[in-house]
Amino acid sequence: MIGDGNTVPLLAVEDLGIEFHTRSGTVRAVDGIGFELRRGETMALVGESGSGKSVTAYAIMGILDAAARITSGTIVFGGLELLQASERAIAEIRGRELAIIFQNPRTALNPIRPVGKQIADILLRHGNVTAAQAPSRAIEMLARVRIPDPERRARSYPFELSGGMCQRVMIAMALACAPQLLIADEPTTGLDITTQAVIMDLIAELAASQKMATLLITHDLGLASEYCDHIAVMHAGHIVETAPTVALFAAPHHPYTAKLIAATPGGAPSLDTLAAIPGALPDLRRADLPLCRYSERCERAAPACLDRPLPHRAVGEGRGVACHFPL
Amino acid sequence: MTATLRHARYVLSENPVTAFAFALFFLLALCAALGPALAPFDPLASDTAEALTGPSAVHWFGTDQLGRDIFSRIVVATRLDLGIAVTSVALAFGIGTLLGLAAGYCGGWIDRIVGRAVDTIMAFPLFVLAMGIVAALGNNVANIVYATAIINLPIYARLSRSEANVRRNAGFVEAARLCGNGEARIVLAQLLPNIMPLMMVQVSLTLGYAILNAAGLSFIGLGVRPPTAEWGIMVAEGASFIVSGEWWVAFFPGIVLMSAVFCFNLMGDGLRDIVDPLRRT
Amino acid sequence: MRSGRPLLAVEGLRKLYPIGKQRIWRRGAAPSFLHAVDDVSFTIGRGETVGLVGESGCGKSTVVRLIARLLDVSDGSILFDGAEIGKVPARRFGLAPQRAHIQVVFQDATDSLNPRFTAFRAIADPLLRLQRLSGPALRSRVEEVARLTGLPKELLSRFPHQLSGGQKARVGIARAIAVEPRLLILDEPTSALDVSVQVLILRLLQDLKRQLDLSYLFVSHDLNVVRLLCDRILVMYLGHIVESGPADRVFAEPRHPYTQALLSAVPKPGGGGGRSARIGLPGEPRSPVDPAPHICPLYGRCGRATEKCATAMPALREIASGQFAACHYPITAPAAEVQTLAAIA
Repeated sequence: MIGDGNTVPLLAVEDLGIEFHTRSGTVRAVDGIGFELRRGETMALVGESGSGKSVTAYAIMGILDAAARITSGTIVFGGLELLQASERAIAEIRGRELAIIFQNPRTALNPIRPVGKQIADILLRHGNVTAAQAPSRAIEMLARVRIPDPERRARSYPFELSGGMCQRVMIAMALACAPQLLIADEPTTGLDITTQAVIMDLIAELAASQKMATLLITHDLGLASEYCDHIAVMHAGHIVETAPTVALFAAPHHPYTAKLIAATPGGAPSLDTLAAIPGALPDLRRADLPLCRYSERCERAAPACLDRPLPHRAVGEGRGVACHFPL
Repeated sequence: MTATLRHARYVLSENPVTAFAFALFFLLALCAALGPALAPFDPLASDTAEALTGPSAVHWFGTDQLGRDIFSRIVVATRLDLGIAVTSVALAFGIGTLLGLAAGYCGGWIDRIVGRAVDTIMAFPLFVLAMGIVAALGNNVANIVYATAIINLPIYARLSRSEANVRRNAGFVEAARLCGNGEARIVLAQLLPNIMPLMMVQVSLTLGYAILNAAGLSFIGLGVRPPTAEWGIMVAEGASFIVSGEWWVAFFPGIVLMSAVFCFNLMGDGLRDIVDPLRRT
Repeated sequence: MRSGRPLLAVEGLRKLYPIGKQRIWRRGAAPSFLHAVDDVSFTIGRGETVGLVGESGCGKSTVVRLIARLLDVSDGSILFDGAEIGKVPARRFGLAPQRAHIQVVFQDATDSLNPRFTAFRAIADPLLRLQRLSGPALRSRVEEVARLTGLPKELLSRFPHQLSGGQKARVGIARAIAVEPRLLILDEPTSALDVSVQVLILRLLQDLKRQLDLSYLFVSHDLNVVRLLCDRILVMYLGHIVESGPADRVFAEPRHPYTQALLSAVPKPGGGGGRSARIGLPGEPRSPVDPAPHICPLYGRCGRATEKCATAMPALREIASGQFAACHYPITAPAAEVQTLAAIA
């Protein structure tokens, strides 16, 4: 990716490869992906289920499943190489500099602990607060995420709160120590449309005020385009295209991106103009996967796509595409 | 059907332990079925001259204090013990599961009544309850079966109740109503197959427990009466001879008893793997 | 849409759930009721696709279950092709002649398929129970329906956990159309599917509607999908219908403030920050328990409210041709309204 030479990226992922060893074979979930994120930037990793986007996020946070193996690559966050760092070093920054909010807010919270205490736990672990100050700081955080009546709500349990409120609590926990990077893994799946808008607006506002970088993981191209400046499109463990949002929609360079845009209902005028994406995700356990994993579904595929290594072409300011024959 | 058989063969080939358990069960079933035909000696014929002889080429497992061939008695006892176990578990499973399904699916007063009944049974130490029932009703095989069935009923009722409770609001239950299924048919044809894998494991565990129960009752004299051959009675009779060195009188029935229970427990997992379609890839 | 008697006519539909323990000996205290569906009336014509949108807690799932006769009605009437089916208890509706005419495709195909039934058995279920088919007749009908829904024959012997999301969705649809229904209720049929599969399923639904002469009640929270598929839409909030009208008109010119807020919350692909036009609804929805019958359900969150909104419940009335809204101050000139609201907010 072409980057601004003046600023060092906050997060730099390079050539990351992740495998899962399962009973039915080795799943090559992520294969040689790379991207950069600078301070204060918002970026979305967009892809369908099975594209490897959540796995990437978990690898950055260091919370991958035990069956996962990182086979290649580096993840550099604020100068620290996360894949080589000690558990202690990672535990120090995780929660403080690097935070994550998950998909299903109610299940991601501890069901038997009041939410105020859960926020206070994070503050005590990572923030510089004393045990006496923590409860009131927790209430402050709840107010910042616009939960009404925060003193009373701090004593509530997750099951007493709506989905939207639980997600706000998660955001409060994530932002409690003013992290530099927030990873949001499908934060609004399962929430109502209006709640989704409120939650995403809240994240955007807090990110702007704290100059925090945001990495949004989502399958919803519309959501990504509304909240993120840059989009990286993933397919079957590869990043097929990265571009600033407006440029991506104006002129997609990768055939999959074009098809994905055409299949999203939001932009289409009628059902007949919606495009289906032919084929299906390749089985990532196969040993004979073509080097371009989209080639089996692609109308433009040529023999070169199967065995020539995927190029990563820079095609303009902040754009990259992994295709031998970009649009 | 053939898909199930093929899957069964796959499961057995992948799991040598399960295959062993099934083989052992088959052997036990054979003994139960053929019983007296397989026994080399008459299990009831006593020959005091031969009393308390150790294992030999003639008497494979030796003889007991009345000169009866232990091997023959064990083989013949298989029918009785397996019979008691299977019948009582069938009763406990059949009645307990239906009650539990009704309680879990319908809720309301059915749930309350079944719940209280089950709680009452479980309030007693189960073996003591079995002893009490047999002592009150009389020492015969039928009463042993009833007693064992009663004390094992709560487990099935509770299991099926909680499973029915979880599933009664599932999407497929609503879909079944849309297809014109009546409530009874939903419970029996749609819900019951879903809980069978779990029940299979429980059935096998209970089979083992039922054999132990019958043997235990016989051991304390409340079960089968002599001279009937039954593993528990044989262990009881042989217990007093251990100190005097005639270990085989109690040992062989005990080993067979243990193997049978072991076999049933191992079979449970195998049965579930075969019956549960979710295990098929 | 053809003229004549509507296929489905719902009038004054209500569903109330008693709250709290009912004690026989507690006199005096009136029981509380949760108003899941409150005075809902609408029609579905032959060959029409009507969309029902709303957020969680609005009552759309309850409406689905009431019309499908899975739940008993507290008040109101449901006329299906002229016959009053609302009075038939849900327990007995399985025996009614209309059972086969109203079917439902559920949201989560994984949940709505019995994990112990093969796809064949799942599709055959309604045929066995409602049409008493068996043997070769059953097999050929199941295969025909599978073909109609694009399900390869080999998949019929598979269990749900061996099928992909799109395949399970097709099994659910096949089961629903097997008994030749006239009204198909689709409860968020594509929300659990990937975008690429969603397109295929939506196209399939469109084709089936034409081929089999069906009417659809399409329930969804995804407004984009509703816009593509539906002729008319109904917007629900807190158990009431707040707006109804032709789909493209409602999307282009919403008349009710809630519809307007809902539409503004939908993310628009393309980038360029649609956020500036966001119309927010501050606060939380009012409680559905014992709602005051003379207060508009949106009161307290609506930027246009006056005291009139707290003293008289607005009725659904025609604002523009074909467009109905339940509001004392409906939006009559949309573009100008947006400016005013943005200024107030």
